[in-house]
Amino acid sequence: MNLTNHMKLSFPSISTNEGFSRAAICAFILPLNPTVAEVADVKTAVSEAVTNAIVHAYPTEQGTVYIDAKITDDRRVIIRIRDTGVGIADVEQAMEPLFTTSSDERAGLGFAVMQSFSDKVRVRSAVGRGTTVTLEKIIHSAYDEG
Amino acid sequence: MIDFTYENGALTARLYGEIDHHIAPRLRGEIDMKCETLRPAVLILDFKAVSFMDSSGIGLIMGRYRCITLLGGRMEVVNIPPTLTKIFTLSGIQSLGVMK
Ligand SMILES: Nc1ncnc2c1ncn2[C@@H]1O[C@H](COP(=O)(O)OP(=O)(O)OP(=O)(O)O)[C@@H](O)[C@H]1O
Ligand SMILES: [Mg+2]
Repeated sequence: MNLTNHMKLSFPSISTNEGFSRAAICAFILPLNPTVAEVADVKTAVSEAVTNAIVHAYPTEQGTVYIDAKITDDRRVIIRIRDTGVGIADVEQAMEPLFTTSSDERAGLGFAVMQSFSDKVRVRSAVGRGTTVTLEKIIHSAYDEG
Repeated sequence: MIDFTYENGALTARLYGEIDHHIAPRLRGEIDMKCETLRPAVLILDFKAVSFMDSSGIGLIMGRYRCITLLGGRMEVVNIPPTLTKIFTLSGIQSLGVMK
């Protein structure tokens, strides 16, 4: 599988950038002619990962969120969302549905959404160093290209 | 973002646009303020014009359910667009018996 497109973004961890990152990823995958449902899936999964970086990674001061997105020639979209924030001590526990460390009306469903809206989710994290979430999804075309 | 109508004890909140962590606190504030002043028998959340929602929206719905229940009212969630059925299914909100 070869790379057909690649983009990188970085932005401060402020909540206005949640909508910006969704719009950017949507524009990036559009040349693949995704279905409406596929666009919604990718936007939602990215929104969860970016929101986590904004809400959880930098609790005391503003930090930077990095997105690296690739499209390969087998119609695979690979999106990496990275922060250099507090990290997650127990990733397995964090990924359990309904688990949350926040008291601020959070459902604890972000990772569950990422998992059901992507084909593959990988999480790497180190306490004090930050977290990288990698989302992968194959985009079937809205047109039947056979 | 949000429009309200109040009729015969029913407060309808018509949400529109994208519901995420950026906007959720404002929606929460507006809905709770209306509920506290009007004390509606039923709070109806209308999702017809919502184009996007992530888990922050689920948190918002769960929170409003707790709030209206504490005030002695009940809640209904109506007009869920097809693009949002997947996240609603995953959320477990159906088990609250509020989805119409
Ligand atoms: N980038 C991150 N940095 C630090 N901690 C994180 C990060 N992402 C997730 N976490 C931790 O994992 C927990 C679970 O994340 P998840 O997205 O599933 O739920 P949530 O964000 O708490 O709630 P929701 O996403 O439903 O609003 C969070 O409460 C937080 O403790
Ligand atoms: Mg989350």
